[in-house]
Amino acid sequence: MNVPDHLRYADSHEWIDPSTPDAALIGISDHAQAELTDVVYLELPEVGRIVGKGEAFAVVESVKAANDIYAPVSGEIVEVNEALAEAPEPVNEDPYGGGWMVKIKLSDSGELESLHDAGSYREQIS
Amino acid sequence: MNRSPLHGIHEALNARMLPFAGWEMPIQYEGIVAEHRAVRNGAGVFDISHMGELLVSGADAGRALNGLLTNDVSALSVSEGQYTLMLSEEGGVIDDLIIYRSGESSYFLVVNASKVEEDVKWLRSHLTEGVSLDDRSESLGAVAVQGPESVALWATLEPGCPLPPRNGIAEYEGGLILCRTGYTGEDGFELFAPTELINGYFQRILDAGAAPCGLGARDTLRLEKGYPLNGSDLDKDHTPLEAGLGFFVKLGKAEGFTGSAALLEQKAAGIDRKLVGIAMTGKAPPPRHGYEVRDEEGEAVLGELTSGSLSPGLGLGIGLAYLPVANAVPGTEVTIMVRDRPFPARVVKKPFL
Repeated sequence: MNVPDHLRYADSHEWIDPSTPDAALIGISDHAQAELTDVVYLELPEVGRIVGKGEAFAVVESVKAANDIYAPVSGEIVEVNEALAEAPEPVNEDPYGGGWMVKIKLSDSGELESLHDAGSYREQIS
Repeated sequence: MNRSPLHGIHEALNARMLPFAGWEMPIQYEGIVAEHRAVRNGAGVFDISHMGELLVSGADAGRALNGLLTNDVSALSVSEGQYTLMLSEEGGVIDDLIIYRSGESSYFLVVNASKVEEDVKWLRSHLTEGVSLDDRSESLGAVAVQGPESVALWATLEPGCPLPPRNGIAEYEGGLILCRTGYTGEDGFELFAPTELINGYFQRILDAGAAPCGLGARDTLRLEKGYPLNGSDLDKDHTPLEAGLGFFVKLGKAEGFTGSAALLEQKAAGIDRKLVGIAMTGKAPPPRHGYEVRDEEGEAVLGELTSGSLSPGLGLGIGLAYLPVANAVPGTEVTIMVRDRPFPARVVKKPFL
């Protein structure tokens, strides 16, 4: 499983790029997309929505089931990946690139410390 | 939790396992969409060892079964089979099954996993003296090989054991039973064998090129063809007439059958609801079991989906629901509620594909 070193990870398998806290990219991990398989529909939040850490902010649907996606940190949604609403395939094919779901403006960058680094996330999914 | 005799192979293939009807069964291997396509375009093999197999025999077996099942058992010649239903006195569906006439006075019944106990109890309490019922569910493993290439695949594997014609049954030495049926809408067959032999067959069918397929693809394949799933689309609260299965209900049988009085009454009065196909008309989340169906305006509640999924073949959401007959006409615009949001859909003819 691909677990890039520069990202942070939530227990619930979302990743966040900590390098740009004013518009941090968020998606789901390679492990998560492999578990879901065949993502066929994605429901993304409105830009401007304020979310709390751990709050469900998106729904990703496979053929078989609907799954909530949780905010790894608190903040404001500043952009969503509209292209995924039309064609969600990048969630499976490119989970750390074209499969990004939202950009969030962190309200407390200290929350990043509570997330897994790549090493400890690798342990969690092994 | 019951385990299939094929459990070891599923683990080796990294299948995702889920509980289904008291069994731990593979839901998918590579992915539902890939497996679905393998069956539509080539050949796929499913573990269906959870299904129940009952052998009913005795000089009077045919007549006894004809009084318990909706289709006409007396129309079966030896080695022929038919889809049929077992009803309550009130006409509700206990189970839907395939019955094969495996011998002059013996019948092989393939029933739903979740209903084996109930079926056996029901049959035992209704069968007449001299008719015996042998529940072979535990001693038989089963696989379904489905898809346009499945028949040729079998011919190369076992040229000495030819498949029976459509809906037929053939038995061979060693306890091998082949039935030319399935639940996908494609040509194919179901293979039953003693549990100690089923691994060998499954492995050889895989080696011959069939893709391992799980219950997830089995569900999307059957839904595209509009086949009902017992426990979801069929239950004791709905009759086969409401489910659109009238073709398999022979109300003209001289001695009737359990539930026939109730169905005759319903037929005379006219049904007031009907199981229909529903297709989403635009980009929408996949419809799912339990979602509310409303009228076009999204106001009046008409019913709820009994099945629903993305159709891999059509690329849009499809489902089944019991709707009032006035709303059951193909072309009727309806609304599917997904997480409290309305999405447009339309009543369509079955099969969807």
